[in-house]
Amino acid sequence: MNVALSAEDISRALTRISHEILERNHGSANVVLLGIPTRGAHLALRVAEIMAKIEGTDIPCGTLDITLHRDDLRLRPPRAIMPTLIPASGIEGRDVVLIDDVLFSGRTIRSALDALGEVGRPKTVQLAVLVDRGHRELPIKADYVGKNLPSSLDQSIRVSLTEIDGRDEVVIENRKQS
Amino acid sequence: MKHLLSIDHLTVQEAVGILDTATELSRVNDGQLKKLPTLRGRTVVNLFAEDSTRTRISFEAAAKRLSADVINFSAKGSSISKGESLKDTAMTLQAMGADAVVIRHSASGAAQRLADNQWMSGAVINAGDGTHEHPSQAILDAFTIRKHLGKGASDLQGLHVAIVGDILHSRVARSNVLLLALLGAKVTLVAPPTLLPIGIEKWPCNVTYDFDSVLPVIDAVMMLRVQQERMTELFFPNAREYSRYYGLNAERMRKLKPTALIMHPGPMNRGLEISAEVADSARSVITEQVSNGVSVRMAILYVLLAGSPLDVGSI
Repeated sequence: MNVALSAEDISRALTRISHEILERNHGSANVVLLGIPTRGAHLALRVAEIMAKIEGTDIPCGTLDITLHRDDLRLRPPRAIMPTLIPASGIEGRDVVLIDDVLFSGRTIRSALDALGEVGRPKTVQLAVLVDRGHRELPIKADYVGKNLPSSLDQSIRVSLTEIDGRDEVVIENRKQS
Repeated sequence: MKHLLSIDHLTVQEAVGILDTATELSRVNDGQLKKLPTLRGRTVVNLFAEDSTRTRISFEAAAKRLSADVINFSAKGSSISKGESLKDTAMTLQAMGADAVVIRHSASGAAQRLADNQWMSGAVINAGDGTHEHPSQAILDAFTIRKHLGKGASDLQGLHVAIVGDILHSRVARSNVLLLALLGAKVTLVAPPTLLPIGIEKWPCNVTYDFDSVLPVIDAVMMLRVQQERMTELFFPNAREYSRYYGLNAERMRKLKPTALIMHPGPMNRGLEISAEVADSARSVITEQVSNGVSVRMAILYVLLAGSPLDVGSI
């Protein structure tokens, strides 16, 4: 087990991502943050809080569940559906920033783009992730990355957040040899 | 969970799981989007060997909103009316590759029989079997009650529900009693002695013959249809007397708690078990039950069909 990001690292990364989002979009006026449950939703709330402090105004922030759009539903037992909460401002014509904890195959984000298409037509869709671990299976790239963690497929990356797991931490674990 | 045959087979976790899934799916139904790709390529067969409006349309709408292919067939106009057995019908469905069969049948236990035998490999959903059970109706009723009175709780702990009328012929009553009790609600059945089934003392509920006594204490009242088509003997002297003792009219409605819900699984006999004034009042959630039915049935189809096919290994 290997700690890749400490609580301080995570906090710094989220602060930097918040600034980058504001810089790229010339402020927060048109930005809507959508977190992908479960951990992405909490990260989105944190980024919204940091951005609100910088800008002095509330940032629309919601969640987007992708379960119903997954392409691997038939490969696993049924999953629980998590809430989708679109902010009152809607996403029509907005700059939507999707937020997730780990970017891996890219399939989650593909599902998220499909789910988003059902809700409306944003002006742009951007992607922020805490960790990019590589091994993409689809042509998808993050706009904002907390940390690039090149990893082997034998390893798993575990993101813990205070809201769910009681502490902030990203660790790399070697899967048990079978 | 492979089939939905009876509330008796459900655990609290499974029941709450379906309700939670339905809650999320109802948000989908409220919004702009009506269609999800989740069950694309799956086939759902509606096998209705008994008349139905709501349940069949509701299952059809639910399956279509999840992008499943729907095949409807009813007894009239199919080979069932030529005397084809359930077994042969089931084997035909299997040959056509049905992933799920929604079955309504006048014989109690028809869905169970379909599931127990190896005639077909798909999921079986009981949409009402004789006077036995109607689980999806009970789940949508529980969903409606939880939405209005649940106060954020996942179950129905502490609520008191009265089910009034023709308990004897009602599959809705049996499924509802089992599910409401499973979710922690207190249930009181109200009916004349002639319309209560034998063995009622073993059901997890109270029984009374006096409707007026429960009015001030209940949180929801569920009126049942007097099922004249199943009544082969005389169960009450006449409709007016039944209506006077067991009908929900405006006067009785005034004795209810101001927050109490008025429910009816439909179709209603207006003027018999429920007066038109009550059915159309602001406190009645009867049409909302119908729209909740679609969300709940989407949840049932999702839970049974969205995951890995269970017969993968046997192909």
